[in-house]
Amino acid sequence: MRTIDSTPGGPKPYVTPVPRLWWTASAGYVLFVLREMTCVAVGYFALLTLCQMSALISGPEAYAALQAWLKTPLATLLNVLCLAAVVFHTVTWFNVTPRAVVVRMGGKRLPDSAIIAPNYVGWAVITCLVAWVVLGA
Amino acid sequence: MSETITLEVTRYQPDTDSEPSTKSYEVPLKDDWVVLDALNYVKDELDGSLAFRWSCRMGVCGSCGMMVNGVPVLSCAAFLKNYAPGPIKVEPLRYFPIVRDLCVDLSDFMTKLKKVEPWIVREKEKPVEEGEYLQTPEQLDTFKQFSMCINCTLCYSACPVYGLDEGFIGPAAIALAQRYNMDSRDEGNESRMDTLAQDEGVWGCTFVGECTKVCPKHVDPAGAIQQYKIATTENWFKSLVMPGAGK
Repeated sequence: MRTIDSTPGGPKPYVTPVPRLWWTASAGYVLFVLREMTCVAVGYFALLTLCQMSALISGPEAYAALQAWLKTPLATLLNVLCLAAVVFHTVTWFNVTPRAVVVRMGGKRLPDSAIIAPNYVGWAVITCLVAWVVLGA
Repeated sequence: MSETITLEVTRYQPDTDSEPSTKSYEVPLKDDWVVLDALNYVKDELDGSLAFRWSCRMGVCGSCGMMVNGVPVLSCAAFLKNYAPGPIKVEPLRYFPIVRDLCVDLSDFMTKLKKVEPWIVREKEKPVEEGEYLQTPEQLDTFKQFSMCINCTLCYSACPVYGLDEGFIGPAAIALAQRYNMDSRDEGNESRMDTLAQDEGVWGCTFVGECTKVCPKHVDPAGAIQQYKIATTENWFKSLVMPGAGK
Protein backbone atom coordinates (compact mmCIF):
# COMPACT_ATOMS: atom_id res chain seq x y z
CA MET A 1 0.00 0.00 0.00
CA ARG A 2 1.39 3.40 -0.98
CA THR A 3 1.49 6.01 1.75
CA ILE A 4 -0.07 9.30 0.66
CA ASP A 5 0.19 12.33 2.87
CA SER A 6 -2.96 14.37 2.59
CA THR A 7 -4.90 16.46 5.05
CA PRO A 8 -8.33 14.93 5.86
CA GLY A 9 -10.90 16.84 3.87
CA GLY A 10 -8.16 18.76 2.05
CA PRO A 11 -7.06 18.57 -1.58
CA LYS A 12 -5.98 15.13 -2.70
CA PRO A 13 -2.65 14.56 -4.47
CA TYR A 14 -3.10 13.39 -8.06
CA VAL A 15 -2.03 9.78 -8.66
CA THR A 16 -0.99 9.33 -12.28
CA PRO A 17 -2.08 5.93 -13.60
CA VAL A 18 0.67 3.72 -15.05
CA PRO A 19 -0.20 3.10 -18.72
CA ARG A 20 -0.44 -0.47 -20.03
CA LEU A 21 2.35 0.33 -22.51
CA TRP A 22 4.65 1.74 -19.80
CA TRP A 23 7.53 -0.27 -21.24
CA THR A 24 7.54 1.82 -24.43
CA ALA A 25 8.44 4.96 -22.44
CA SER A 26 12.19 4.52 -22.85
CA ALA A 27 14.76 2.52 -24.82
CA GLY A 28 15.99 1.03 -21.52
CA TYR A 29 12.52 -0.35 -20.73
CA VAL A 30 12.18 -1.81 -24.24
CA LEU A 31 15.55 -3.55 -23.94
CA PHE A 32 14.56 -4.89 -20.52
CA VAL A 33 11.29 -6.34 -21.86
CA LEU A 34 13.13 -7.85 -24.84
CA ARG A 35 15.69 -9.42 -22.49
CA GLU A 36 12.90 -10.90 -20.36
CA MET A 37 11.00 -12.19 -23.40
CA THR A 38 14.05 -13.98 -24.78
CA CYS A 39 13.65 -16.51 -21.96
CA VAL A 40 10.95 -18.06 -24.18
CA ALA A 41 13.68 -18.89 -26.71
CA VAL A 42 15.81 -20.40 -23.94
CA GLY A 43 12.79 -22.51 -22.96
CA TYR A 44 12.30 -23.53 -26.59
CA PHE A 45 15.84 -24.89 -26.88
CA ALA A 46 15.50 -26.74 -23.57
CA LEU A 47 12.24 -28.29 -24.82
CA LEU A 48 13.84 -29.16 -28.17
CA THR A 49 16.68 -30.96 -26.39
CA LEU A 50 14.13 -32.95 -24.36
CA CYS A 51 12.26 -33.83 -27.58
CA GLN A 52 15.53 -34.98 -29.17
CA MET A 53 16.29 -37.18 -26.16
CA SER A 54 12.77 -38.56 -26.18
CA ALA A 55 13.04 -39.33 -29.94
CA LEU A 56 16.42 -40.96 -29.35
CA ILE A 57 14.89 -43.26 -26.73
CA SER A 58 11.90 -44.03 -28.99
CA GLY A 59 14.13 -45.40 -31.74
CA PRO A 60 15.81 -44.56 -35.06
CA GLU A 61 12.53 -43.87 -36.88
CA ALA A 62 11.32 -41.29 -34.36
CA TYR A 63 14.74 -39.63 -34.34
CA ALA A 64 14.84 -39.51 -38.15
CA ALA A 65 11.36 -37.93 -38.20
CA LEU A 66 12.47 -35.22 -35.80
CA GLN A 67 15.64 -34.64 -37.83
CA ALA A 68 13.53 -34.33 -40.97
CA TRP A 69 11.31 -31.72 -39.30
CA LEU A 70 14.37 -29.80 -38.12
CA LYS A 71 15.52 -29.54 -41.73
CA THR A 72 12.28 -27.87 -42.90
CA PRO A 73 12.50 -24.14 -43.74
CA LEU A 74 10.07 -23.31 -40.90
CA ALA A 75 12.16 -25.13 -38.27
CA THR A 76 15.35 -23.57 -39.64
CA LEU A 77 13.84 -20.09 -39.45
CA LEU A 78 12.56 -20.77 -35.94
CA ASN A 79 15.97 -22.01 -34.83
CA VAL A 80 17.82 -19.03 -36.35
CA LEU A 81 15.42 -16.57 -34.65
CA CYS A 82 15.67 -18.40 -31.33
CA LEU A 83 19.46 -18.57 -31.57
CA ALA A 84 19.58 -14.78 -32.09
CA ALA A 85 17.27 -14.33 -29.09
CA VAL A 86 19.40 -16.62 -26.92
CA VAL A 87 22.60 -14.80 -27.91
CA PHE A 88 20.91 -11.49 -26.96
CA HIS A 89 19.74 -13.08 -23.68
CA THR A 90 23.25 -14.33 -22.91
CA VAL A 91 25.10 -11.14 -23.79
CA THR A 92 22.70 -8.87 -21.85
CA TRP A 93 22.92 -11.08 -18.76
CA PHE A 94 26.71 -11.43 -18.98
CA ASN A 95 27.00 -7.65 -19.19
CA VAL A 96 25.02 -7.07 -15.98
CA THR A 97 26.96 -9.70 -13.99
CA PRO A 98 29.29 -7.09 -12.39
CA ARG A 99 26.26 -5.40 -10.78
CA ALA A 100 25.52 -8.60 -8.84
CA VAL A 101 28.95 -10.12 -8.34
CA VAL A 102 31.50 -8.15 -6.35
CA VAL A 103 34.96 -9.67 -6.03
CA ARG A 104 37.63 -7.94 -3.98
CA MET A 105 41.32 -8.67 -4.36
CA GLY A 106 43.96 -6.90 -2.32
CA GLY A 107 41.26 -4.70 -0.80
CA LYS A 108 40.15 -3.40 -4.22
CA ARG A 109 37.03 -4.30 -6.16
CA LEU A 110 37.83 -6.04 -9.45
CA PRO A 111 36.83 -4.01 -12.53
CA ASP A 112 33.64 -4.92 -14.44
CA SER A 113 35.64 -6.38 -17.33
CA ALA A 114 37.30 -8.90 -15.00
CA ILE A 115 33.85 -10.17 -13.95
CA ILE A 116 32.39 -10.22 -17.48
CA ALA A 117 35.35 -11.81 -19.29
CA PRO A 118 35.27 -15.23 -17.53
CA ASN A 119 31.65 -15.63 -18.64
CA TYR A 120 32.65 -15.24 -22.29
CA VAL A 121 35.69 -17.50 -21.82
CA GLY A 122 33.45 -20.18 -20.27
CA TRP A 123 30.92 -19.76 -23.09
CA ALA A 124 33.65 -20.13 -25.74
CA VAL A 125 35.22 -23.17 -24.04
CA ILE A 126 31.87 -24.98 -23.66
CA THR A 127 30.90 -24.13 -27.26
CA CYS A 128 34.22 -25.53 -28.53
CA LEU A 129 33.78 -28.68 -26.43
CA VAL A 130 30.23 -29.24 -27.73
CA ALA A 131 31.36 -28.54 -31.31
CA TRP A 132 34.25 -30.99 -30.88
CA VAL A 133 31.91 -33.71 -29.57
CA VAL A 134 29.21 -33.10 -32.22
CA LEU A 135 31.42 -32.53 -35.25
CA GLY A 136 34.07 -35.02 -34.19
CA ALA A 137 31.50 -37.78 -33.72
CA MET B 1 16.43 39.61 -29.07
CA SER B 2 18.46 36.81 -27.47
CA GLU B 3 17.75 33.13 -28.13
CA THR B 4 14.93 31.46 -26.22
CA ILE B 5 13.68 27.95 -25.56
CA THR B 6 10.22 26.66 -24.66
CA LEU B 7 9.50 24.84 -21.42
CA GLU B 8 6.38 22.68 -21.38
CA VAL B 9 5.66 22.47 -17.69
CA THR B 10 3.12 20.25 -15.94
CA ARG B 11 0.65 22.29 -13.89
CA TYR B 12 -1.69 20.90 -11.28
CA GLN B 13 -3.65 22.96 -8.77
CA PRO B 14 -5.34 20.47 -6.40
CA ASP B 15 -8.04 22.97 -5.38
CA THR B 16 -9.32 23.55 -8.89
CA ASP B 17 -7.91 20.93 -11.30
CA SER B 18 -9.20 17.39 -11.70
CA GLU B 19 -6.03 16.35 -13.52
CA PRO B 20 -2.67 17.86 -14.51
CA SER B 21 -2.29 19.94 -17.66
CA THR B 22 0.66 21.44 -19.53
CA LYS B 23 1.59 25.11 -19.80
CA SER B 24 4.29 26.52 -22.09
CA TYR B 25 6.79 29.21 -21.09
CA GLU B 26 9.38 30.92 -23.27
CA VAL B 27 12.64 31.36 -21.36
CA PRO B 28 16.10 32.71 -22.33
CA LEU B 29 18.44 30.01 -23.62
CA LYS B 30 21.68 30.74 -21.83
CA ASP B 31 24.78 28.55 -21.91
CA ASP B 32 25.13 28.42 -18.14
CA TRP B 33 21.44 27.96 -17.34
CA VAL B 34 20.01 24.70 -16.10
CA VAL B 35 16.32 23.73 -16.07
CA LEU B 36 16.10 24.90 -12.45
CA ASP B 37 17.34 28.39 -13.47
CA ALA B 38 14.68 28.46 -16.18
CA LEU B 39 11.96 27.49 -13.68
CA ASN B 40 13.15 30.22 -11.31
CA TYR B 41 12.97 32.66 -14.24
CA VAL B 42 9.38 31.55 -14.88
CA LYS B 43 8.48 32.01 -11.21
CA ASP B 44 10.20 35.43 -10.94
CA GLU B 45 9.22 36.92 -14.30
CA LEU B 46 6.32 35.07 -15.90
CA ASP B 47 4.14 33.13 -13.47
CA GLY B 48 4.60 33.33 -9.70
CA SER B 49 2.08 30.56 -9.08
CA LEU B 50 4.40 27.78 -10.32
CA ALA B 51 5.37 25.40 -7.50
CA PHE B 52 8.60 23.35 -7.47
CA ARG B 53 11.18 22.29 -4.91
CA TRP B 54 14.83 23.19 -4.83
CA SER B 55 17.51 24.12 -2.35
CA CYS B 56 21.25 23.79 -2.94
CA ARG B 57 21.49 24.21 -6.76
CA MET B 58 24.60 21.99 -6.75
CA GLY B 59 23.47 18.36 -6.81
CA VAL B 60 23.80 17.78 -3.08
CA CYS B 61 20.39 18.27 -1.48
CA GLY B 62 18.44 16.02 -3.86
CA SER B 63 15.27 18.12 -3.73
CA CYS B 64 14.98 19.37 -7.34
CA GLY B 65 14.40 16.02 -9.06
CA MET B 66 12.00 16.19 -12.02
CA MET B 67 11.25 14.39 -15.27
CA VAL B 68 12.97 16.31 -18.06
CA ASN B 69 11.99 15.02 -21.49
CA GLY B 70 10.81 11.82 -19.81
CA VAL B 71 14.02 11.14 -17.88
CA PRO B 72 14.33 11.60 -14.11
CA VAL B 73 17.13 14.13 -13.47
CA LEU B 74 18.21 16.72 -10.95
CA SER B 75 16.97 19.92 -12.60
CA CYS B 76 20.02 21.77 -11.21
CA ALA B 77 22.26 19.57 -13.34
CA ALA B 78 20.23 19.58 -16.57
CA PHE B 79 21.68 22.25 -18.87
CA LEU B 80 19.18 23.90 -21.21
CA LYS B 81 21.66 23.89 -24.12
CA ASN B 82 21.69 20.07 -24.04
CA TYR B 83 17.97 20.08 -24.89
CA ALA B 84 18.13 22.81 -27.58
CA PRO B 85 16.26 23.64 -29.72
CA GLY B 86 13.54 22.27 -27.44
CA PRO B 87 10.80 22.28 -26.40
CA ILE B 88 11.75 20.86 -23.01
CA LYS B 89 9.08 18.83 -21.25
CA VAL B 90 9.28 19.32 -17.48
CA GLU B 91 7.11 17.01 -15.39
CA PRO B 92 6.94 15.97 -11.74
CA LEU B 93 8.80 12.80 -10.74
CA ARG B 94 7.00 9.80 -12.23
CA TYR B 95 5.12 7.27 -10.04
CA PHE B 96 4.72 9.70 -7.09
CA PRO B 97 1.39 11.41 -6.31
CA ILE B 98 1.45 15.04 -7.48
CA VAL B 99 0.80 17.52 -4.68
CA ARG B 100 0.97 20.66 -6.83
CA ASP B 101 2.63 21.41 -10.20
CA LEU B 102 6.12 19.86 -9.97
CA CYS B 103 5.95 18.96 -6.27
CA VAL B 104 5.35 15.31 -5.43
CA ASP B 105 4.39 13.52 -2.25
CA LEU B 106 7.45 11.61 -0.98
CA SER B 107 5.84 10.27 2.19
CA ASP B 108 5.69 6.73 0.74
CA PHE B 109 9.47 6.76 0.23
CA MET B 110 10.02 8.19 3.71
CA THR B 111 7.85 5.47 5.28
CA LYS B 112 9.65 2.71 3.41
CA LEU B 113 13.08 4.17 4.11
CA LYS B 114 12.39 4.07 7.84
CA LYS B 115 11.35 0.41 7.61
CA VAL B 116 14.85 -0.68 6.54
CA GLU B 117 16.43 0.95 9.61
CA PRO B 118 18.98 3.07 7.72
CA TRP B 119 21.18 3.66 10.73
CA ILE B 120 23.81 1.67 12.63
CA VAL B 121 22.03 -0.99 14.68
CA ARG B 122 23.95 -2.46 17.62
CA GLU B 123 22.73 -5.34 19.71
CA LYS B 124 24.41 -3.65 22.64
CA GLU B 125 25.96 -0.19 22.55
CA LYS B 126 29.39 -0.07 24.11
CA PRO B 127 30.02 2.64 26.71
CA VAL B 128 31.44 5.93 25.39
CA GLU B 129 34.57 5.55 27.53
CA GLU B 130 35.49 2.44 25.54
CA GLY B 131 36.05 4.64 22.51
CA GLU B 132 34.97 4.67 18.88
CA TYR B 133 33.92 1.78 16.67
CA LEU B 134 37.02 1.52 14.52
CA GLN B 135 36.91 0.77 10.82
CA THR B 136 39.65 0.23 8.24
CA PRO B 137 39.65 2.02 4.84
CA GLU B 138 39.01 -1.39 3.21
CA GLN B 139 35.92 -1.92 5.38
CA LEU B 140 34.71 1.57 4.51
CA ASP B 141 35.28 0.90 0.82
CA THR B 142 32.81 -2.02 0.80
CA PHE B 143 29.80 0.24 1.41
CA LYS B 144 30.98 3.78 0.65
CA GLN B 145 29.38 3.81 -2.79
CA PHE B 146 25.93 3.09 -1.29
CA SER B 147 26.39 5.82 1.32
CA MET B 148 26.52 8.52 -1.38
CA CYS B 149 22.70 8.44 -1.79
CA ILE B 150 21.09 11.88 -1.41
CA ASN B 151 17.49 10.57 -1.25
CA CYS B 152 16.58 12.40 -4.47
CA THR B 153 14.26 9.49 -5.45
CA LEU B 154 15.17 9.69 -9.15
CA CYS B 155 15.68 5.90 -8.95
CA TYR B 156 12.04 5.44 -7.88
CA SER B 157 10.87 7.39 -10.91
CA ALA B 158 13.05 5.22 -13.14
CA CYS B 159 11.74 1.97 -11.64
CA PRO B 160 8.64 0.50 -13.33
CA VAL B 161 8.33 -2.07 -10.54
CA TYR B 162 7.74 0.76 -8.08
CA GLY B 163 5.14 2.21 -10.45
CA LEU B 164 3.31 -1.09 -10.81
CA ASP B 165 3.70 -2.53 -7.30
CA GLU B 166 2.69 -0.12 -4.56
CA GLY B 167 4.32 -2.22 -1.88
CA PHE B 168 7.79 -2.42 -3.43
CA ILE B 169 10.35 -1.00 -1.01
CA GLY B 170 12.27 0.52 -3.91
CA PRO B 171 15.86 1.07 -5.05
CA ALA B 172 17.19 3.80 -2.74
CA ALA B 173 15.81 2.28 0.46
CA ILE B 174 17.35 -1.11 -0.39
CA ALA B 175 20.68 0.49 -1.36
CA LEU B 176 20.72 2.33 1.96
CA ALA B 177 19.86 -0.88 3.81
CA GLN B 178 22.83 -2.51 2.09
CA ARG B 179 24.98 0.47 3.06
CA TYR B 180 24.35 -0.43 6.72
CA ASN B 181 24.31 -4.22 6.24
CA MET B 182 27.83 -4.01 4.82
CA ASP B 183 29.09 -1.62 7.49
CA SER B 184 31.46 -3.50 9.81
CA ARG B 185 30.06 -1.58 12.81
CA ASP B 186 26.47 -2.62 12.15
CA GLU B 187 24.59 -5.62 13.59
CA GLY B 188 21.16 -5.01 12.06
CA ASN B 189 21.32 -7.42 9.11
CA GLU B 190 18.84 -9.88 10.60
CA SER B 191 16.28 -7.31 11.66
CA ARG B 192 16.39 -5.66 8.20
CA MET B 193 15.85 -9.07 6.59
CA ASP B 194 12.17 -9.00 7.66
CA THR B 195 11.65 -6.09 5.27
CA LEU B 196 14.23 -6.86 2.58
CA ALA B 197 14.04 -10.63 2.00
CA GLN B 198 10.41 -10.42 0.86
CA ASP B 199 8.45 -10.30 -2.40
CA GLU B 200 8.07 -6.58 -1.93
CA GLY B 201 11.70 -6.26 -0.86
CA VAL B 202 14.61 -7.37 -3.05
CA TRP B 203 12.65 -10.20 -4.71
CA GLY B 204 10.24 -7.71 -6.23
CA CYS B 205 13.10 -6.29 -8.30
CA THR B 206 13.21 -7.65 -11.86
CA PHE B 207 16.57 -5.99 -12.55
CA VAL B 208 15.45 -3.42 -15.08
CA GLY B 209 18.63 -1.53 -14.11
CA GLU B 210 17.31 1.96 -14.91
CA CYS B 211 17.71 3.05 -11.26
CA THR B 212 21.47 2.76 -11.59
CA LYS B 213 21.50 4.62 -14.91
CA VAL B 214 19.68 7.69 -13.56
CA CYS B 215 21.44 7.90 -10.17
CA PRO B 216 23.29 11.25 -10.06
CA LYS B 217 25.62 9.95 -7.36
CA HIS B 218 26.59 6.60 -8.98
CA VAL B 219 25.17 4.67 -6.04
CA ASP B 220 24.18 1.65 -8.18
CA PRO B 221 20.97 0.63 -6.37
CA ALA B 222 20.41 -2.20 -8.90
CA GLY B 223 23.78 -3.63 -7.85
CA ALA B 224 22.90 -3.33 -4.15
CA ILE B 225 19.65 -5.25 -4.72
CA GLN B 226 21.25 -8.07 -6.75
CA GLN B 227 24.09 -8.38 -4.22
CA TYR B 228 21.54 -8.66 -1.42
CA LYS B 229 19.68 -11.37 -3.37
CA ILE B 230 22.91 -13.38 -3.63
CA ALA B 231 23.72 -12.84 0.07
CA THR B 232 20.23 -13.98 1.18
CA THR B 233 20.36 -17.01 -1.11
CA GLU B 234 23.78 -17.97 0.28
CA ASN B 235 22.42 -17.61 3.82
CA TRP B 236 19.37 -19.70 2.99
CA PHE B 237 21.54 -22.40 1.42
CA LYS B 238 23.94 -22.41 4.36
CA SER B 239 21.06 -22.70 6.82
CA LEU B 240 19.75 -25.64 4.77
CA VAL B 241 22.96 -27.65 4.72
CA MET B 242 24.28 -26.44 8.07
CA PRO B 243 21.35 -25.45 10.33
CA GLY B 244 22.35 -22.54 12.53
CA ALA B 245 25.30 -21.53 10.36
CA GLY B 246 23.46 -19.22 8.00
CA LYS B 247 23.19 -16.33 10.42
